[in-house]
Amino acid sequence: MLSGNLLWVLMGTMLLGIAAGITGTFSFLQKQSLVGDAAAHAALPGIALAFLITGQKELPILMIGAALTSALSVYCIQWIVTYSKLKADAAIGLVLAVFFGIGIVLLTIVNRSPLGNQSGLNDFIFGKAATMTKADLTWLFISAAIIIIVSLLLYKEWKLMIFDPVYAKGIGLPIEALKACLTALIVMTIVTGIQAVGVILMSALLIIPAASAKLWTRRLSTMLIFSGITGGIAGLAGTFISSLRTGLSTGPIIVLFAATIFFISYLFSPKAGQLSKYIRKVKFRKQEKLS
Amino acid sequence: MRALEALVVQNLSVAYDKKRVLENANLIVPKGHLAAIIGPNGAGKSTFLKAVLNQLPNKVGEVEILGKAFSPKSLVVGYVPQRNAVDWDFPTTAFDVVLMGRYGSRGLMKRPTKHDKQLAMQALTSVGMEDYADRSIGQLSGGQQQRVFLARALAQNAEVYFLDEPFAGVDAATEKTIIDILKNLKAQGKSIFVVHHDLQTVKEYFDYTILLNKTILAAGKTEEVFTAEKLQQTYGGNLFMMQAL
Repeated sequence: MLSGNLLWVLMGTMLLGIAAGITGTFSFLQKQSLVGDAAAHAALPGIALAFLITGQKELPILMIGAALTSALSVYCIQWIVTYSKLKADAAIGLVLAVFFGIGIVLLTIVNRSPLGNQSGLNDFIFGKAATMTKADLTWLFISAAIIIIVSLLLYKEWKLMIFDPVYAKGIGLPIEALKACLTALIVMTIVTGIQAVGVILMSALLIIPAASAKLWTRRLSTMLIFSGITGGIAGLAGTFISSLRTGLSTGPIIVLFAATIFFISYLFSPKAGQLSKYIRKVKFRKQEKLS
Repeated sequence: MRALEALVVQNLSVAYDKKRVLENANLIVPKGHLAAIIGPNGAGKSTFLKAVLNQLPNKVGEVEILGKAFSPKSLVVGYVPQRNAVDWDFPTTAFDVVLMGRYGSRGLMKRPTKHDKQLAMQALTSVGMEDYADRSIGQLSGGQQQRVFLARALAQNAEVYFLDEPFAGVDAATEKTIIDILKNLKAQGKSIFVVHHDLQTVKEYFDYTILLNKTILAAGKTEEVFTAEKLQQTYGGNLFMMQAL
């Protein structure tokens, strides 16, 4: 049943889910989730440009293109927020739409070009894990491993930086460098994930596991573990199901899986779940009646 | 000789955009005092504190703490921020927050040691919050949060402490706990600076007073500085609290 290649692809998307669950948690707590969404959409023009300029569709080349426009979009958002009167939400919406629009225009140009028809760049919109080659997977493994290791090394610093930046600066933490490093890692997560999940839904893999984990715990360490596991399961299960039926994009299935975990958390988590809230309410009323 | 001074500030000015918030502030405070920084709203008290702690890029002037230019690496400075400077929804426990006070002595990427954890627990106990160690920080009351942050500064084992309005939104019992801890620190020879709002308690709590409104207007022993005339000068016509004197 499980061919060798599929097994590797499954492991790859699982690792990707774990990496996204971890970096996603930090960006979620930093209230930067939507910046990740814009950055993911902004990867599309980079992919198309890299292809148009080099004429090649080797993954590392496309990834570099994606990383450049993705990082540029984050920079644009920060620039707009700092130098105009626009608030972050408007800046994010603006940048996301403009970059994605440019991406679609460039993709149309690619598709019209003689080489472009066969390039498979369209798969980057919704993701297609099944198309990943051994070489692609090697890149994914290396990249995801770097993301996970760096996140664990900087755990303590990012925790303090996000929780209390003034104090963090006061004890000599290089705040600006740490922030840049987190942004770089999130862009890296996005770039690593777009082939499997696609630019449109990549941000969901950053946001949903973190949001689910927040409902279960009040500790950052547990939240990271839970979020990593959720992302990993979603990646694994989503890829497996989409591989059973040809034609299904991986991204949407992964996202649906993550969303299911979120919904279960929302209903049944012991701390913030709706069910336990309801039970507490009923118990409280009973006690009131008795007394 | 300068090492005898807790804080020396020379010609300190700060501007936000084009507006000057602090102009030419000069101040010399000897070691071992519990000092109140008082002045009307918008006088630049928090700005002064941030400038002293090197948090602001656009400042001019010299600041020395215990005879040295401010350097975060030295860790002689403990800082308790205003409560609204922190993300209360962040998933962390009271103990974790106190443990953050030890991060500075650990360095990048290194985990806190057992000794760090002991110090953090001691600090938490000294503010009477040991039973709340595992509580999520967002579940604590305002006064409890304030005590946790004080414990974090204690865990850092600093020589000079800066507190930004520690009594804001805090009940009388907590205020008493906090001031007792601060007095205890002073008894150990440490220097403490507190941005303070309640003029009624200045004489009771602080042996040193710094009057601030756009610049340092007066500084010295509380009985010499906390006078009707000088307060009038600091607060302008808006002072209703004269009876407190």
